[in-house]
Amino acid sequence: MDRLDLPALALHFALLSLMAIGGVSSILPDMQRYVVEVNHWMSGKQFADAYALAQAAPGPNMMFVTLLGWQLAGWAGAIVATLAIVGPPILLTMGVTRLNARNPDTPLGRAIRGGLGPIAIGLTLSSGWILARSSDHDWPAGALTLLTVALMLRTRLNPVWLILAGAIAGMTGII
Amino acid sequence: MPLPQPPIDNTPDTDAPKIGPLDLFLAFSQLAMSGFGGVLPWAHRTLVERKGWLTQREFVDTLALGQLLPGPNIGNMAVMIGYRFAGYTGAAAAFAGLVAGPFLLMITAGLAYQTYGALPLVQQALSGMSAVAAGLVLATGLKMSGSLKRHWRPWLFTALALTGVGALRWPLLAVVGALAPFAIAAAWREQN
Repeated sequence: MDRLDLPALALHFALLSLMAIGGVSSILPDMQRYVVEVNHWMSGKQFADAYALAQAAPGPNMMFVTLLGWQLAGWAGAIVATLAIVGPPILLTMGVTRLNARNPDTPLGRAIRGGLGPIAIGLTLSSGWILARSSDHDWPAGALTLLTVALMLRTRLNPVWLILAGAIAGMTGII
Repeated sequence: MPLPQPPIDNTPDTDAPKIGPLDLFLAFSQLAMSGFGGVLPWAHRTLVERKGWLTQREFVDTLALGQLLPGPNIGNMAVMIGYRFAGYTGAAAAFAGLVAGPFLLMITAGLAYQTYGALPLVQQALSGMSAVAAGLVLATGLKMSGSLKRHWRPWLFTALALTGVGALRWPLLAVVGALAPFAIAAAWREQN
């Protein structure tokens, strides 16, 4: 593991936060690339573990970043990573609210949404792919991922039950 | 017999029940900590159905703007709703309510992982959980793609983003920076 550079992490996450169209899952691939592949601050397994743990807790998805920061550098890491991800979008939202842009249904607003939507979908699928690559090392795990996809598309089950079922499947040695 | 309706009042905010920073903090704390597997349904239940702070229409408009802006949708909504009722203090209070509880929960999870993460049973549980988590994200992406038009243009941008960021592992800033102007211009031309 290489030495952590917290200011560089803050800057990178702050830039990424402004690209988080549709939420934090669209920038997850680049967080993984930055902390795991480029800087070797944690392993791909630790990254996937942190994401899975965060999904099991209540609260907004973005709070995964707090856990990521905590794993990297304790309290300082948790606070810095969280602020870097939530700060820039808050300031932007505040600015737009001040301008009184209450109605996003203008032609430009529709074009921005229509244009960025497909990109956000590609990024979200990339996140799923990267998480699957670092957690599905054998065919039962891959099958569990596919089963989850099928259940999510076909039923209205709360995802928390699926995470719990995944934990049980792991502990009982099914996967 | 229906209750007599008060005359429609078109001067909102001034006569509306006074909603202060503390109310905002508590409401957003509550909805964040109930939000297993996604906070948005709880936000709707709390703000529209239970407290009646927003109408259905106001909720949908706020959500649409929150989705247009980068960052977590629910975080953007907290800022907008908080500001609307109690200015900057309200925005800060609503957002703080949304993240304070989950922040401490994440620290607790981190501590537990540090202490017990290496135990074989915990490792086994985590490998099952992360296989499921990967499936959840994939399913979200697939569900979102159901909203795309039956036209090659949006699918091309989805495929390019997936190839650049997912398969080739290029930096996201470069990929989105290169694709976004073309994607927005194409959407603009299509609707005009």
